[in-house]
Amino acid sequence: MALNVVVCVKQIPDPADPGALDADFTLKRDVKLILDESDSYGVEMALQLVDTAGGGEVTLVSMAPNGEVSGLRTALAMGAAKGVLVSDDALAGSGARETAKTLAAAIGKAGEYDLVISGVESSDGYTGVLPQMLAAQLGHPMVSFAKSVEVADGKVKVSRQTETGSQDVEAPTPCVVSVTAGVVEPRYPSFKGIMAAKSKPVDTLALGDLGIDGGNVGWAGAGQEITAVEDAPARQAGEIVEDDGEGFQKIVAKLEELKVI
Amino acid sequence: MALSKVWVFAETDENGSLTTLSKELLTKARDLGDTVEAFYAGDGNDIAESAGAFGATAVHATGPIEGQLLGAPVGAALAAAAEGVDLVLGGTSYDARDAFAVASVKLDKPVISNTTAIDLDGDAVVTTVPVFGGEKLVKTKFTAGGPMLCLVRPKSYEASESGGGAASVSSVDVPGDAPSATVLATHVEEREGPQLDSAPIVVSGGRGLGDPAKFEEYIEALGKKLGAATGATRAIVDAGWVPYNKQVGQTGKVVKPDVYIAAGISGATQHLVGMKGSKNIIAINKDPEAPIFSVADLGIVGDVHKVLPALIEALNAKG
Repeated sequence: MALNVVVCVKQIPDPADPGALDADFTLKRDVKLILDESDSYGVEMALQLVDTAGGGEVTLVSMAPNGEVSGLRTALAMGAAKGVLVSDDALAGSGARETAKTLAAAIGKAGEYDLVISGVESSDGYTGVLPQMLAAQLGHPMVSFAKSVEVADGKVKVSRQTETGSQDVEAPTPCVVSVTAGVVEPRYPSFKGIMAAKSKPVDTLALGDLGIDGGNVGWAGAGQEITAVEDAPARQAGEIVEDDGEGFQKIVAKLEELKVI
Repeated sequence: MALSKVWVFAETDENGSLTTLSKELLTKARDLGDTVEAFYAGDGNDIAESAGAFGATAVHATGPIEGQLLGAPVGAALAAAAEGVDLVLGGTSYDARDAFAVASVKLDKPVISNTTAIDLDGDAVVTTVPVFGGEKLVKTKFTAGGPMLCLVRPKSYEASESGGGAASVSSVDVPGDAPSATVLATHVEEREGPQLDSAPIVVSGGRGLGDPAKFEEYIEALGKKLGAATGATRAIVDAGWVPYNKQVGQTGKVVKPDVYIAAGISGATQHLVGMKGSKNIIAINKDPEAPIFSVADLGIVGDVHKVLPALIEALNAKG
Protein backbone atom coordinates (compact mmCIF):
# COMPACT_ATOMS: atom_id res chain seq x y z
CA MET A 1 0.00 0.00 0.00
CA ALA A 2 1.42 3.34 -1.01
CA LEU A 3 2.02 5.99 1.61
CA ASN A 4 2.43 9.64 0.76
CA VAL A 5 4.02 11.84 3.36
CA VAL A 6 4.42 15.62 3.47
CA VAL A 7 7.36 16.78 5.59
CA CYS A 8 7.61 20.38 6.76
CA VAL A 9 11.21 21.52 6.74
CA LYS A 10 12.75 24.77 7.88
CA GLN A 11 15.82 26.24 6.26
CA ILE A 12 17.82 28.20 8.81
CA PRO A 13 21.15 30.04 9.09
CA ASP A 14 23.83 27.60 10.25
CA PRO A 15 23.50 27.50 14.07
CA ALA A 16 27.27 26.95 14.25
CA ASP A 17 27.79 30.49 12.89
CA PRO A 18 27.31 33.46 15.18
CA GLY A 19 23.69 34.53 14.81
CA ALA A 20 22.90 38.02 13.60
CA LEU A 21 19.77 40.12 13.70
CA ASP A 22 18.33 42.38 11.03
CA ALA A 23 17.34 45.98 11.74
CA ASP A 24 13.77 44.82 12.45
CA PHE A 25 15.15 42.48 15.16
CA THR A 26 14.36 39.30 13.23
CA LEU A 27 17.01 36.68 12.63
CA LYS A 28 19.14 37.57 9.61
CA ARG A 29 18.04 35.07 6.97
CA ASP A 30 19.56 36.45 3.76
CA VAL A 31 22.60 34.23 4.27
CA LYS A 32 23.14 30.69 3.05
CA LEU A 33 20.50 28.56 4.73
CA ILE A 34 20.78 24.91 5.67
CA LEU A 35 18.28 22.20 6.53
CA ASP A 36 17.43 22.51 10.23
CA GLU A 37 18.87 19.44 11.93
CA SER A 38 15.59 19.10 13.88
CA ASP A 39 13.83 18.50 10.58
CA SER A 40 16.28 15.90 9.28
CA TYR A 41 14.62 13.45 11.70
CA GLY A 42 11.22 14.09 10.12
CA VAL A 43 12.64 13.58 6.64
CA GLU A 44 14.30 10.33 7.68
CA MET A 45 11.17 9.10 9.45
CA ALA A 46 9.06 9.83 6.37
CA LEU A 47 11.51 8.03 4.06
CA GLN A 48 11.48 4.98 6.33
CA LEU A 49 7.67 4.92 6.56
CA VAL A 50 7.32 5.14 2.77
CA ASP A 51 9.90 2.40 2.43
CA THR A 52 8.03 0.16 4.88
CA ALA A 53 4.74 0.82 3.09
CA GLY A 54 6.37 -0.34 -0.13
CA GLY A 55 5.42 2.69 -2.21
CA GLY A 56 4.50 6.35 -2.24
CA GLU A 57 6.65 9.43 -1.93
CA VAL A 58 7.87 12.16 0.36
CA THR A 59 7.01 15.77 -0.49
CA LEU A 60 8.76 18.65 1.25
CA VAL A 61 7.03 21.88 2.18
CA SER A 62 9.04 24.90 3.28
CA MET A 63 8.81 28.64 3.72
CA ALA A 64 11.92 30.76 3.26
CA PRO A 65 12.97 34.15 1.91
CA ASN A 66 14.63 34.80 -1.47
CA GLY A 67 13.53 31.52 -3.08
CA GLU A 68 16.10 29.71 -0.90
CA VAL A 69 16.34 25.98 -1.68
CA SER A 70 19.73 24.81 -0.31
CA GLY A 71 18.16 23.13 2.71
CA LEU A 72 15.45 21.59 0.52
CA ARG A 73 18.14 20.17 -1.78
CA THR A 74 19.70 18.41 1.22
CA ALA A 75 16.38 16.75 2.04
CA LEU A 76 15.82 15.91 -1.64
CA ALA A 77 19.29 14.35 -1.70
CA MET A 78 18.27 12.21 1.29
CA GLY A 79 15.47 10.82 -0.87
CA ALA A 80 12.44 13.12 -0.87
CA ALA A 81 10.74 13.25 -4.29
CA LYS A 82 9.78 16.89 -4.64
CA GLY A 83 9.36 20.18 -2.82
CA VAL A 84 6.98 23.09 -2.47
CA LEU A 85 8.56 26.36 -1.36
CA VAL A 86 6.65 29.45 -0.32
CA SER A 87 8.74 32.57 -0.68
CA ASP A 88 7.32 36.06 -0.41
CA ASP A 89 8.67 39.30 1.07
CA ALA A 90 5.35 39.85 2.83
CA LEU A 91 6.05 36.79 5.04
CA ALA A 92 8.91 38.50 6.91
CA GLY A 93 8.00 38.82 10.57
CA SER A 94 5.60 35.87 10.59
CA GLY A 95 5.16 34.06 13.88
CA ALA A 96 4.22 30.41 14.28
CA ARG A 97 0.53 31.09 13.62
CA GLU A 98 1.12 32.91 10.32
CA THR A 99 3.65 30.27 9.29
CA ALA A 100 1.09 27.54 10.01
CA LYS A 101 -1.49 29.35 7.85
CA THR A 102 1.01 29.55 5.01
CA LEU A 103 2.26 25.98 5.28
CA ALA A 104 -1.31 24.64 5.52
CA ALA A 105 -2.14 26.39 2.23
CA ALA A 106 1.06 25.07 0.65
CA ILE A 107 0.25 21.52 1.81
CA GLY A 108 -3.03 21.91 -0.06
CA LYS A 109 -0.89 22.26 -3.22
CA ALA A 110 1.28 19.25 -2.44
CA GLY A 111 -1.12 16.61 -3.76
CA GLU A 112 -2.74 13.68 -1.94
CA TYR A 113 -1.13 12.73 1.35
CA ASP A 114 -1.68 10.37 4.27
CA LEU A 115 0.52 12.02 6.81
CA VAL A 116 2.18 15.36 7.58
CA ILE A 117 5.40 15.15 9.60
CA SER A 118 7.36 17.97 11.18
CA GLY A 119 10.00 18.41 13.83
CA VAL A 120 8.91 19.30 17.34
CA GLU A 121 10.49 22.72 17.25
CA SER A 122 12.99 24.54 15.05
CA SER A 123 16.52 25.13 16.25
CA ASP A 124 16.26 28.90 15.86
CA GLY A 125 12.74 30.02 16.74
CA TYR A 126 11.89 27.00 18.99
CA THR A 127 8.30 28.01 19.68
CA GLY A 128 7.26 24.35 19.75
CA VAL A 129 3.69 25.12 18.67
CA LEU A 130 3.80 25.08 14.85
CA PRO A 131 2.88 21.42 14.15
CA GLN A 132 -0.15 21.60 16.43
CA MET A 133 -1.27 24.84 14.76
CA LEU A 134 -0.82 23.21 11.38
CA ALA A 135 -3.08 20.33 12.40
CA ALA A 136 -5.71 22.79 13.62
CA GLN A 137 -5.48 24.75 10.36
CA LEU A 138 -5.82 21.60 8.28
CA GLY A 139 -8.56 20.18 10.51
CA HIS A 140 -6.56 16.99 11.06
CA PRO A 141 -5.88 15.08 14.29
CA MET A 142 -2.45 15.82 15.71
CA VAL A 143 -0.01 13.66 17.58
CA SER A 144 2.84 15.72 19.00
CA PHE A 145 6.24 14.78 20.43
CA ALA A 146 6.43 11.36 18.78
CA LYS A 147 9.33 9.10 19.80
CA SER A 148 8.31 6.36 17.39
CA VAL A 149 5.83 6.20 14.52
CA GLU A 150 4.17 3.29 12.72
CA VAL A 151 1.53 3.44 10.02
CA ALA A 152 -0.87 0.55 9.37
CA ASP A 153 -4.46 0.13 8.19
CA GLY A 154 -5.11 3.84 7.79
CA LYS A 155 -3.92 4.57 11.31
CA VAL A 156 -0.83 6.11 12.82
CA LYS A 157 0.52 4.63 16.05
CA VAL A 158 2.86 6.78 18.06
CA SER A 159 4.76 6.61 21.32
CA ARG A 160 4.44 10.18 22.58
CA GLN A 161 6.83 11.83 25.03
CA THR A 162 5.17 13.24 28.16
CA GLU A 163 6.45 15.05 31.26
CA THR A 164 6.30 11.85 33.26
CA GLY A 165 6.89 9.09 30.72
CA SER A 166 5.06 8.30 27.51
CA GLN A 167 1.68 7.63 25.97
CA ASP A 168 0.67 5.16 23.26
CA VAL A 169 -1.44 7.23 20.88
CA GLU A 170 -3.37 6.33 17.75
CA ALA A 171 -4.93 8.59 15.12
CA PRO A 172 -6.63 8.03 11.77
CA THR A 173 -4.88 9.37 8.66
CA PRO A 174 -4.55 11.99 7.39
CA CYS A 175 -3.01 13.50 10.49
CA VAL A 176 -0.09 15.62 11.62
CA VAL A 177 2.74 14.08 13.64
CA SER A 178 5.66 15.99 15.17
CA VAL A 179 8.77 13.91 15.82
CA THR A 180 11.40 14.49 18.50
CA ALA A 181 15.08 14.77 17.68
CA GLY A 182 16.88 11.45 17.89
CA VAL A 183 13.80 9.41 16.93
CA VAL A 184 15.71 7.95 13.96
CA GLU A 185 19.25 8.30 12.63
CA PRO A 186 19.10 10.67 9.63
CA ARG A 187 20.98 9.27 6.64
CA TYR A 188 23.75 11.19 4.93
CA PRO A 189 22.91 12.02 1.33
CA SER A 190 24.86 9.79 -1.06
CA PHE A 191 26.73 11.26 -4.03
CA LYS A 192 24.08 9.76 -6.27
CA GLY A 193 21.39 11.32 -4.12
CA ILE A 194 23.04 14.74 -4.29
CA MET A 195 23.27 14.54 -8.08
CA ALA A 196 19.66 13.35 -8.39
CA ALA A 197 18.44 16.14 -6.09
CA LYS A 198 19.58 18.79 -8.54
CA SER A 199 16.90 17.80 -11.03
CA LYS A 200 14.05 17.05 -8.60
CA PRO A 201 11.16 19.50 -8.92
CA VAL A 202 10.70 22.34 -6.43
CA ASP A 203 7.60 24.41 -7.00
CA THR A 204 8.13 27.97 -5.75
CA LEU A 205 4.95 29.80 -4.80
CA ALA A 206 4.13 33.32 -3.69
CA LEU A 207 1.30 34.27 -1.32
CA GLY A 208 -0.92 35.13 -4.29
CA ASP A 209 -0.67 31.54 -5.53
CA LEU A 210 -2.02 30.37 -2.18
CA GLY A 211 -4.81 32.93 -1.97
CA ILE A 212 -3.32 34.40 1.22
CA ASP A 213 -3.63 38.12 1.83
CA GLY A 214 -0.25 39.62 2.80
CA GLY A 215 -2.03 41.59 5.52
CA ASN A 216 -2.77 38.37 7.42
CA VAL A 217 0.84 37.18 7.65
CA GLY A 218 4.26 38.71 8.26
CA TRP A 219 4.59 41.75 10.49
CA ALA A 220 1.17 42.95 9.39
CA GLY A 221 -0.60 39.86 10.70
CA ALA A 222 1.65 38.71 13.54
CA GLY A 223 -0.29 40.38 16.35
CA GLN A 224 3.01 40.96 18.09
CA GLU A 225 5.81 43.45 17.75
CA ILE A 226 9.44 43.23 18.81
CA THR A 227 10.25 46.41 20.70
CA ALA A 228 13.86 45.77 21.74
CA VAL A 229 16.64 43.21 21.84
CA GLU A 230 18.98 43.39 24.82
CA ASP A 231 22.14 41.61 25.86
CA ALA A 232 21.45 39.13 28.63
CA PRO A 233 23.37 39.85 31.83
CA ALA A 234 26.69 38.06 31.44
CA ARG A 235 28.00 35.70 34.10
CA GLN A 236 31.15 36.81 35.79
CA ALA A 237 34.18 35.04 34.34
CA GLY A 238 35.18 32.08 36.47
CA GLU A 239 38.46 30.42 37.27
CA ILE A 240 39.53 28.03 34.50
CA VAL A 241 42.47 25.73 35.28
CA GLU A 242 44.29 23.05 33.34
CA ASP A 243 44.16 19.66 35.10
CA ASP A 244 47.62 18.71 36.29
CA GLY A 245 46.41 15.59 38.06
CA GLU A 246 45.28 17.63 41.07
CA GLY A 247 42.35 19.39 39.39
CA PHE A 248 39.91 17.41 41.51
CA GLN A 249 41.30 19.18 44.60
CA LYS A 250 40.05 22.47 43.17
CA ILE A 251 36.57 20.97 42.97
CA VAL A 252 36.77 19.65 46.52
CA ALA A 253 37.87 23.11 47.71
CA LYS A 254 35.02 24.75 45.79
CA LEU A 255 32.45 22.34 47.25
CA GLU A 256 33.82 23.06 50.73
CA GLU A 257 33.66 26.80 50.09
CA LEU A 258 30.03 26.39 49.04
CA LYS A 259 29.43 24.29 52.17
CA VAL A 260 27.90 21.38 50.28
CA ILE A 261 30.40 18.92 51.77
CA MET B 1 -2.05 49.46 35.08
CA ALA B 2 -3.00 45.93 35.87
CA LEU B 3 -4.94 43.73 33.49
CA SER B 4 -8.44 42.94 34.59
CA LYS B 5 -8.42 39.17 34.18
CA VAL B 6 -5.51 36.72 33.90
CA TRP B 7 -5.93 32.96 33.49
CA VAL B 8 -3.39 30.29 34.25
CA PHE B 9 -3.48 26.96 32.39
CA ALA B 10 -3.04 24.79 35.48
CA GLU B 11 -1.44 21.35 35.26
CA THR B 12 -0.93 18.53 37.71
CA ASP B 13 1.84 15.96 38.10
CA GLU B 14 1.56 12.16 38.20
CA ASN B 15 0.32 12.35 41.80
CA GLY B 16 -2.43 14.80 40.92
CA SER B 17 -0.73 17.74 42.66
CA LEU B 18 -0.56 21.19 41.11
CA THR B 19 2.84 21.50 39.38
CA THR B 20 5.48 23.91 40.65
CA LEU B 21 5.33 25.62 37.27
CA SER B 22 1.59 26.23 37.66
CA LYS B 23 2.24 27.70 41.12
CA GLU B 24 4.91 29.98 39.64
CA LEU B 25 2.47 31.17 36.99
CA LEU B 26 -0.32 31.80 39.49
CA THR B 27 2.11 33.80 41.62
CA LYS B 28 3.13 35.98 38.66
CA ALA B 29 -0.48 36.30 37.50
CA ARG B 30 -1.30 38.04 40.80
CA ASP B 31 1.18 40.79 39.82
CA LEU B 32 -0.36 41.20 36.41
CA GLY B 33 -4.10 40.99 36.90
CA ASP B 34 -6.84 42.17 39.25
CA THR B 35 -8.52 38.79 38.94
CA VAL B 36 -6.61 35.52 38.68
CA GLU B 37 -8.36 32.32 37.65
CA ALA B 38 -7.23 28.86 36.65
CA PHE B 39 -8.23 26.79 33.63
CA TYR B 40 -7.82 23.05 34.16
CA ALA B 41 -8.19 20.01 31.95
CA GLY B 42 -9.52 17.73 34.64
CA ASP B 43 -11.77 17.69 37.71
CA GLY B 44 -11.64 21.24 39.06
CA ASN B 45 -12.31 20.09 42.62
CA ASP B 46 -8.93 18.36 42.64
CA ILE B 47 -7.07 21.66 42.47
CA ALA B 48 -9.56 24.12 43.98
CA GLU B 49 -7.61 24.36 47.23
CA SER B 50 -4.08 24.38 45.87
CA ALA B 51 -4.87 26.84 43.07
CA GLY B 52 -6.73 28.97 45.61
CA ALA B 53 -3.72 28.98 47.92
CA PHE B 54 -1.68 30.54 45.10
CA GLY B 55 -4.25 33.19 44.28
CA ALA B 56 -6.83 31.75 41.91
CA THR B 57 -10.37 32.70 42.85
CA ALA B 58 -11.98 30.35 40.33
CA VAL B 59 -11.13 27.15 38.50
CA HIS B 60 -12.71 26.65 35.09
CA ALA B 61 -12.47 22.94 34.44
CA THR B 62 -13.24 20.70 31.48
CA GLY B 63 -13.63 17.59 33.64
CA PRO B 64 -11.42 14.57 32.97
CA ILE B 65 -10.40 14.11 29.32
CA GLU B 66 -10.41 10.36 29.00
CA GLY B 67 -8.98 8.30 26.19
CA GLN B 68 -8.08 11.33 24.08
CA LEU B 69 -4.91 13.29 23.57
CA LEU B 70 -5.92 16.45 25.32
CA GLY B 71 -4.40 19.18 23.11
CA ALA B 72 -7.12 19.41 20.49
CA PRO B 73 -10.26 19.17 22.66
CA VAL B 74 -8.81 21.23 25.51
CA GLY B 75 -7.39 23.88 23.17
CA ALA B 76 -10.82 24.23 21.60
CA ALA B 77 -12.45 24.41 25.05
CA LEU B 78 -9.94 27.05 26.17
CA ALA B 79 -10.59 29.15 23.07
CA ALA B 80 -14.35 28.97 23.61
CA ALA B 81 -14.14 29.79 27.33
CA ALA B 82 -11.49 32.52 27.32
CA GLU B 83 -13.68 35.32 26.01
CA GLY B 84 -13.04 38.46 28.04
CA VAL B 85 -9.80 37.13 29.49
CA ASP B 86 -6.88 39.50 28.88
CA LEU B 87 -3.98 37.10 29.24
CA VAL B 88 -3.67 33.32 29.48
CA LEU B 89 -0.40 31.99 30.92
CA GLY B 90 0.71 28.41 30.43
CA GLY B 91 3.95 26.54 31.01
CA THR B 92 6.14 25.30 28.18
CA SER B 93 4.97 21.73 28.86
CA TYR B 94 3.95 19.28 26.15
CA ASP B 95 0.24 19.46 26.80
CA ALA B 96 0.15 23.23 27.27
CA ARG B 97 2.03 23.75 24.01
CA ASP B 98 -0.52 21.53 22.25
CA ALA B 99 -3.54 23.25 23.79
CA PHE B 100 -2.25 26.82 23.31
CA ALA B 101 -1.43 26.13 19.66
CA VAL B 102 -4.97 24.93 19.02
CA ALA B 103 -6.48 27.82 20.98
CA SER B 104 -4.31 30.24 18.96
CA VAL B 105 -5.76 28.99 15.68
CA LYS B 106 -9.33 29.00 17.01
CA LEU B 107 -9.00 32.51 18.44
CA ASP B 108 -6.77 33.74 15.60
CA LYS B 109 -4.42 35.24 18.18
CA PRO B 110 -0.67 34.66 18.45
CA VAL B 111 1.12 32.57 21.08
CA ILE B 112 4.39 33.88 22.46
CA SER B 113 6.43 30.89 23.56
CA ASN B 114 9.49 30.39 25.80
CA THR B 115 8.88 33.53 27.79
CA THR B 116 11.09 34.11 30.83
CA ALA B 117 9.52 37.39 31.94
CA ILE B 118 6.23 39.22 31.47
CA ASP B 119 5.95 42.91 32.19
CA LEU B 120 3.29 45.55 31.85
CA ASP B 121 4.22 48.72 29.99
CA GLY B 122 1.19 50.94 30.38
CA ASP B 123 -1.58 48.91 28.79
CA ALA B 124 0.82 46.73 26.84
CA VAL B 125 1.99 43.26 27.83
CA VAL B 126 5.69 42.83 27.03
CA THR B 127 7.34 39.43 27.06
CA THR B 128 11.01 38.51 27.27
CA VAL B 129 12.26 35.57 25.20
CA PRO B 130 15.91 34.46 25.26
CA VAL B 131 17.55 33.71 21.88
CA PHE B 132 21.03 32.61 20.79
CA GLY B 133 21.34 30.31 23.79
CA GLY B 134 20.27 33.05 26.15
CA GLU B 135 22.85 35.63 25.02
CA LYS B 136 20.18 38.03 23.79
CA LEU B 137 16.77 38.84 25.21
CA VAL B 138 13.99 39.71 22.79
CA LYS B 139 11.23 41.96 24.10
CA THR B 140 7.96 41.35 22.29
CA LYS B 141 4.70 43.20 22.78
CA PHE B 142 1.26 41.72 22.10
CA THR B 143 -0.57 43.99 19.63
CA ALA B 144 -3.75 42.07 18.81
CA GLY B 145 -5.58 42.45 22.13
CA GLY B 146 -6.87 39.65 24.35
CA PRO B 147 -6.89 36.84 24.98
CA MET B 148 -3.11 37.04 24.78
CA LEU B 149 -1.57 33.56 24.88
CA CYS B 150 1.79 33.21 26.54
CA LEU B 151 3.86 30.11 27.32
CA VAL B 152 6.34 30.62 30.15
CA ARG B 153 9.48 28.63 30.91
CA PRO B 154 9.83 26.92 34.28
CA LYS B 155 11.61 28.79 37.10
CA SER B 156 11.04 32.19 35.54
CA TYR B 157 9.35 33.22 38.78
CA GLU B 158 9.37 31.91 42.32
CA ALA B 159 6.12 30.50 43.59
CA SER B 160 4.66 32.01 46.75
CA GLU B 161 1.31 31.41 48.37
CA SER B 162 -1.27 34.17 48.52
CA GLY B 163 -3.06 32.83 51.56
CA GLY B 164 -6.25 32.59 49.51
CA GLY B 165 -8.99 30.09 50.28
CA ALA B 166 -10.30 27.40 47.96
CA ALA B 167 -11.24 28.61 44.50
CA SER B 168 -14.78 28.25 43.20
CA VAL B 169 -15.18 25.59 40.53
CA SER B 170 -17.13 25.91 37.32
CA SER B 171 -17.29 23.65 34.32
CA VAL B 172 -16.50 24.57 30.74
CA ASP B 173 -17.78 22.81 27.65
CA VAL B 174 -15.50 20.71 25.51
CA PRO B 175 -16.53 21.08 21.86
CA GLY B 176 -17.21 17.59 20.56
CA ASP B 177 -16.11 18.21 17.00
CA ALA B 178 -12.36 18.60 17.54
CA PRO B 179 -10.42 16.05 15.48
CA SER B 180 -8.54 14.10 18.07
CA ALA B 181 -6.13 11.28 18.68
CA THR B 182 -6.84 8.31 20.93
CA VAL B 183 -4.67 7.55 23.95
CA LEU B 184 -4.41 3.77 24.27
CA ALA B 185 -2.08 3.61 27.25
CA THR B 186 -0.06 5.86 29.55
CA HIS B 187 3.33 4.90 30.95
CA VAL B 188 4.93 6.64 33.92
CA GLU B 189 8.70 6.41 34.25
CA GLU B 190 9.83 5.74 37.76
CA ARG B 191 11.65 8.58 39.43
CA GLU B 192 13.77 7.98 42.50
CA GLY B 193 15.99 10.08 44.71
CA PRO B 194 16.53 13.82 44.45
CA GLN B 195 14.57 15.39 41.58
CA LEU B 196 16.14 17.67 38.98
CA ASP B 197 13.53 20.40 39.43
CA SER B 198 14.16 20.84 43.11
CA ALA B 199 17.56 19.41 44.15
CA PRO B 200 20.09 21.96 45.44
CA ILE B 201 22.90 20.10 43.69
CA VAL B 202 22.80 18.67 40.16
CA VAL B 203 25.49 16.52 38.54
CA SER B 204 25.14 16.13 34.77
CA GLY B 205 27.01 14.18 32.15
CA GLY B 206 27.41 14.49 28.40
CA ARG B 207 28.94 12.87 25.38
CA GLY B 208 32.45 13.39 26.80
CA LEU B 209 31.80 10.49 29.18
CA GLY B 210 32.50 8.26 26.19
CA ASP B 211 30.19 5.36 26.97
CA PRO B 212 26.88 4.76 28.77
CA ALA B 213 28.42 2.74 31.60
CA LYS B 214 30.36 5.82 32.70
CA PHE B 215 27.13 7.62 33.49
CA GLU B 216 26.42 5.07 36.21
CA GLU B 217 30.05 4.80 37.29
CA TYR B 218 30.80 8.53 37.54
CA ILE B 219 27.67 10.66 37.39
CA GLU B 220 25.36 8.49 39.49
CA ALA B 221 28.18 7.75 41.96
CA LEU B 222 29.06 11.43 42.38
CA GLY B 223 25.37 12.31 42.59
CA LYS B 224 24.85 9.74 45.34
CA LYS B 225 27.87 11.02 47.24
CA LEU B 226 26.64 14.63 47.12
CA GLY B 227 22.93 13.87 47.53
CA ALA B 228 22.46 15.43 44.12
CA ALA B 229 20.01 14.88 41.30
CA THR B 230 21.60 13.61 38.11
CA GLY B 231 21.03 15.11 34.67
CA ALA B 232 22.14 14.68 31.10
CA THR B 233 22.51 16.45 27.78
CA ARG B 234 20.17 15.88 24.87
CA ALA B 235 22.98 14.15 22.99
CA ILE B 236 23.20 11.24 25.43
CA VAL B 237 19.45 11.08 25.96
CA ASP B 238 18.95 10.84 22.19
CA ALA B 239 21.69 8.20 22.10
CA GLY B 240 19.63 6.18 24.59
CA TRP B 241 22.15 6.23 27.46
CA VAL B 242 19.70 7.66 29.97
CA PRO B 243 15.95 8.27 30.01
CA TYR B 244 14.44 11.52 28.82
CA ASN B 245 13.41 12.58 32.33
CA LYS B 246 17.08 13.35 33.01
CA GLN B 247 17.43 15.77 30.11
CA VAL B 248 18.48 19.29 31.04
CA GLY B 249 18.12 21.96 28.39
CA GLN B 250 15.87 23.75 25.98
CA THR B 251 13.74 20.68 25.31
CA GLY B 252 14.30 19.17 28.74
CA LYS B 253 14.19 20.51 32.27
CA VAL B 254 15.29 23.93 33.38
CA VAL B 255 17.34 23.71 36.57
CA LYS B 256 18.60 26.42 38.89
CA PRO B 257 20.40 24.58 41.69
CA ASP B 258 22.97 26.08 44.07
CA VAL B 259 25.65 23.93 42.47
CA TYR B 260 25.66 22.47 38.97
CA ILE B 261 28.47 20.11 37.99
CA ALA B 262 28.81 19.58 34.22
CA ALA B 263 31.04 16.64 33.31
CA GLY B 264 32.01 15.94 29.73
CA ILE B 265 29.51 18.52 28.51
CA SER B 266 30.64 20.92 25.80
CA GLY B 267 27.85 23.40 26.46
CA ALA B 268 25.68 23.44 23.34
CA THR B 269 23.10 26.22 23.35
CA GLN B 270 20.43 23.56 23.79
CA HIS B 271 22.00 22.60 27.13
CA LEU B 272 23.12 26.04 28.37
CA VAL B 273 19.62 27.50 28.36
CA GLY B 274 18.53 24.80 30.76
CA MET B 275 21.24 25.34 33.38
CA LYS B 276 22.92 28.73 33.09
CA GLY B 277 20.70 30.11 35.82
CA SER B 278 22.46 27.84 38.36
CA LYS B 279 24.09 29.77 41.21
CA ASN B 280 27.47 28.03 40.92
CA ILE B 281 28.68 26.07 37.92
CA ILE B 282 31.61 23.66 37.96
CA ALA B 283 32.63 22.28 34.57
CA ILE B 284 35.04 19.53 33.58
CA ASN B 285 35.85 19.18 29.88
CA LYS B 286 38.94 18.34 27.90
CA ASP B 287 38.41 21.06 25.29
CA PRO B 288 39.55 24.47 26.64
CA GLU B 289 37.39 26.15 23.97
CA ALA B 290 34.18 24.41 25.09
CA PRO B 291 31.35 26.95 25.55
CA ILE B 292 30.55 25.46 28.96
CA PHE B 293 33.61 27.28 30.34
CA SER B 294 32.06 30.63 29.45
CA VAL B 295 29.43 30.08 32.15
CA ALA B 296 31.59 28.17 34.65
CA ASP B 297 32.62 29.60 38.01
CA LEU B 298 35.22 26.85 38.20
CA GLY B 299 36.40 25.08 35.05
CA ILE B 300 38.77 22.14 34.99
CA VAL B 301 40.28 21.58 31.56
CA GLY B 302 40.94 17.89 31.75
CA ASP B 303 39.81 14.34 31.11
CA VAL B 304 36.61 13.42 32.97
CA HIS B 305 37.89 9.84 33.13
CA LYS B 306 40.72 11.04 35.37
CA VAL B 307 39.16 13.95 37.24
CA LEU B 308 35.90 12.26 38.26
CA PRO B 309 37.35 9.05 39.74
CA ALA B 310 39.88 11.15 41.69
CA LEU B 311 37.09 13.45 42.89
CA ILE B 312 34.86 10.55 43.97
CA GLU B 313 37.78 8.92 45.78
CA ALA B 314 38.64 12.17 47.56
CA LEU B 315 35.01 12.62 48.66
CA ASN B 316 34.87 9.01 49.86
CA ALA B 317 38.06 9.55 51.84
CA LYS B 318 36.42 12.51 53.57
CA GLY B 319 33.66 10.17 54.69
